[in-house]
Amino acid sequence: MKRYLVIRSLQSLLALLAISLIAFAMSHLTGSPVDAMLPDDAGPEEAARLTRLWGLDRPLYEQYFVFLGNALQGNFGDSIKWQGQTAFGLVLERLPATIQLGGFAIIVSTIIALPVGVLAAVYKDTPFDSAGKLVALLGQAMPNFWLGIVLIWIFAVHLNWLPTSGHGGLSHMILPAIAMGWFQVAAFMRLTRSAMLEVLDSEYIKLARIKGVPERRVIWIHALRNAAIAPLTYFGVIAGSIFTGSVVIETVFAWPGTGLLAIDAIRGRDFPVIQAVVVTFAGVFIVANLIVDTLYAYLDPRIRYQ
Amino acid sequence: MRSPSAPPALEVRDLETRIDTKLGLIKAVDGVSFSVEHGKTLGIVGESGSGKSITALSILRLVPKPAAYIAKGQVLLDGEDLLEKSENEMRKVRGKRISMILQDPQTSLNPVFSVGFQVVEAIGLHADSRRKALLRRAVEALRRVRVADPERRVDDFPHQMSGGMKQRVVGAIALGSFPRVLIADEPTTALDVTIQAQYLRLLKDIQAETGLSIIFITHDFGVVARMCDKVAVMYAGRVVEYGPVRQIFNSPAHPYTKALLNSVPAIEEDVDRLYSIKGQPPAFWDMPEGCRFEPRCDVAMQRCKTEYPAKFARAAAESGGHCANCWALEEPEWIPSRF
Repeated sequence: MKRYLVIRSLQSLLALLAISLIAFAMSHLTGSPVDAMLPDDAGPEEAARLTRLWGLDRPLYEQYFVFLGNALQGNFGDSIKWQGQTAFGLVLERLPATIQLGGFAIIVSTIIALPVGVLAAVYKDTPFDSAGKLVALLGQAMPNFWLGIVLIWIFAVHLNWLPTSGHGGLSHMILPAIAMGWFQVAAFMRLTRSAMLEVLDSEYIKLARIKGVPERRVIWIHALRNAAIAPLTYFGVIAGSIFTGSVVIETVFAWPGTGLLAIDAIRGRDFPVIQAVVVTFAGVFIVANLIVDTLYAYLDPRIRYQ
Repeated sequence: MRSPSAPPALEVRDLETRIDTKLGLIKAVDGVSFSVEHGKTLGIVGESGSGKSITALSILRLVPKPAAYIAKGQVLLDGEDLLEKSENEMRKVRGKRISMILQDPQTSLNPVFSVGFQVVEAIGLHADSRRKALLRRAVEALRRVRVADPERRVDDFPHQMSGGMKQRVVGAIALGSFPRVLIADEPTTALDVTIQAQYLRLLKDIQAETGLSIIFITHDFGVVARMCDKVAVMYAGRVVEYGPVRQIFNSPAHPYTKALLNSVPAIEEDVDRLYSIKGQPPAFWDMPEGCRFEPRCDVAMQRCKTEYPAKFARAAAESGGHCANCWALEEPEWIPSRF
C-alpha cells in the first residue's frame, strides 16, 4: 500500500515537471514576451534592455531552471496586465471561486449520476433506464457554452428565477453548475451503469444471493463496491475537466474564477499569469488523480497488495 | 431418527422453468422431478446446456430475472413448498436451509471483501450474534472445511488464495449456517485433479458428520460413482433416467445414459478413438416433437419421432425406483409408471 502510494506520488511529480516544461516553452513559442510588454513606439535599445532585465538573453535551459526554481516557490513573476500584482497571487485570489463552482458541480453531478447509473443497471430496459439514456444523450450532445446561454435565456431572462451571471450565493451557482455538470452526469451515469451490469452478472453476486443477502445490500454494497472502479477513474478526469471547463463556463456566466482570469490573461498576452494558471490547473488535476489512486487502493485490495 | 414415512429432505416435482429469449420462449427445465433423502447424495448428470444449473437455481428461486421464471411445479423442502414462499421468506431459506457451491472458485468470491467478511456475513445473516462471536464461528467454519490457520486466513483477500483454497472458503460460506441441503454445481470442475479428490473427500466427510443432503451436479460419471446414491440423467431440459447409482451403472436403460457411459474412456483399454455420441443436443427453440434424443439415438423407432416416451419403471422390486423415459422399454421387465 505504502509502496503503491509512493510510486504514484513520484509519477505525479514527474507529470508536474513535464507540465512545467510545457508552460515554460509556451511563453517562448509565441514570440518574445518583450514585444508584448513594450509600447509600440519603443526602440531596439529599449527592447535589448528589457531582454537583459528579464534574462531572455541567457541560454534556454538556464532560463528554464530559473523559471522552475521560482515556480517551486510560487513565484511566476509579476502580472503584465494587472500592474503591481504577482501572477500567482492573482491565481490564488481567483482559485476559491473556481473550486467553489467546480466542487459544487462535481458533488451535484455525482449525487445524481451514481444512484441513477446503479438503478439504470438494476432496472435495465425499463422506462427508467430509457429516461436515463435520454438525459445522458442530451447531456453529451449539448456543448456546455451553448447550454449555458440557453439556460440563461430560459431561467434568467424569461422566467426570471435565477440571476443571469456573476458571483454570489447558491442561486448564482445553479445555472453554471448545470451547464458544467450535465455532460459529466451523462458520462458518469453511463459508466456506472455498464460497470454495474457487468458486476451484477458475476458469480460472486450469485453467491451473495445464495447466502441470503438482501437484494438492496447485494446492489449497494456487494456490486457497487466492485463497479465503482470505472466511474472512480473517470472522477479524476471530471475533476480536471471541471477546471478546464471553467474557462468556458466562467466566461459565459462572468464568474470571477481562474477560468475567467485565464481568458483575460490570454487576451492580454499576460504570460506570467497564463503560466501560473496552467501550472496551477495541472497541479489540481494531478492532486485529484492522486486522491483517485488512493481511493482505488481503498476500494480494491488487489491494488493495495500489489 | 426420522420415521421412514417422513418426507425426503428435498423433493422436486414436475418443475418447469421457462426463459424468454430472443428466439422465443424456451423450457429450460421441462417437467423435472427427483428427490434427495436425508444424508444422501443425488447426482444430476448431463451435458452442458441440459438444464442442470437452471434446475439448481430454480430450487433456490434465483433464476436470472426477468428473462427466466418458474412456470409450474413444486420444490418441497421437508415437505414445505418453496415456490409458495414470499421473497422475504425465501431469503431465510437461502444459505440457512439450502445452500449452494458454484463451479468456479476464481469468480465466486467477491474480490473486494476479505474472506472473513464474506464468511461472517453468510453466518450473520442467519444468526443474532455479536461480531466477535460471528468471527469465532467463521473461523470454525473455515476450520471445518480444512483451511489451515483460519485465524490468520480470515484477513486474507480472495486473490491471495489458491483455487482449491478459495473453493474451501466457498464451502465454508455455503455450510456456515449448517444448511440441511447443499447443491454443489460442478464444484470441482475448475480444480486440479488432486485438489478435486481432496475436495470430494471433504464433502463426504462433512456429510458423514452432519447428515447433510447433497445434490451434486456434474458431467463426470467418475465423480458420480464416488459421491452419489442416486442419479438423475438430464437431457435437453428433462430427466430421462433416474435411479440408484448402482442400477444406472450396471444396467442403464436409456440409450442416452448408455451412450454417456460409453463416452467415459476406460483406463485399462487401448482404444484408437474415443467414443462420442453422434450429432448435437437439440436447440431449445427447435425441440423435436417426440423424444428429444431421437435424432441421435441408435435404436429409435418411428413412434419416437412423434410421441414423447412414457416413463417406465423397472419391475423388479429391488430396483429402488429405477425408471427411464424410452419407448424401447415397452417390455415385461419394465412397467409404465406415473412418477
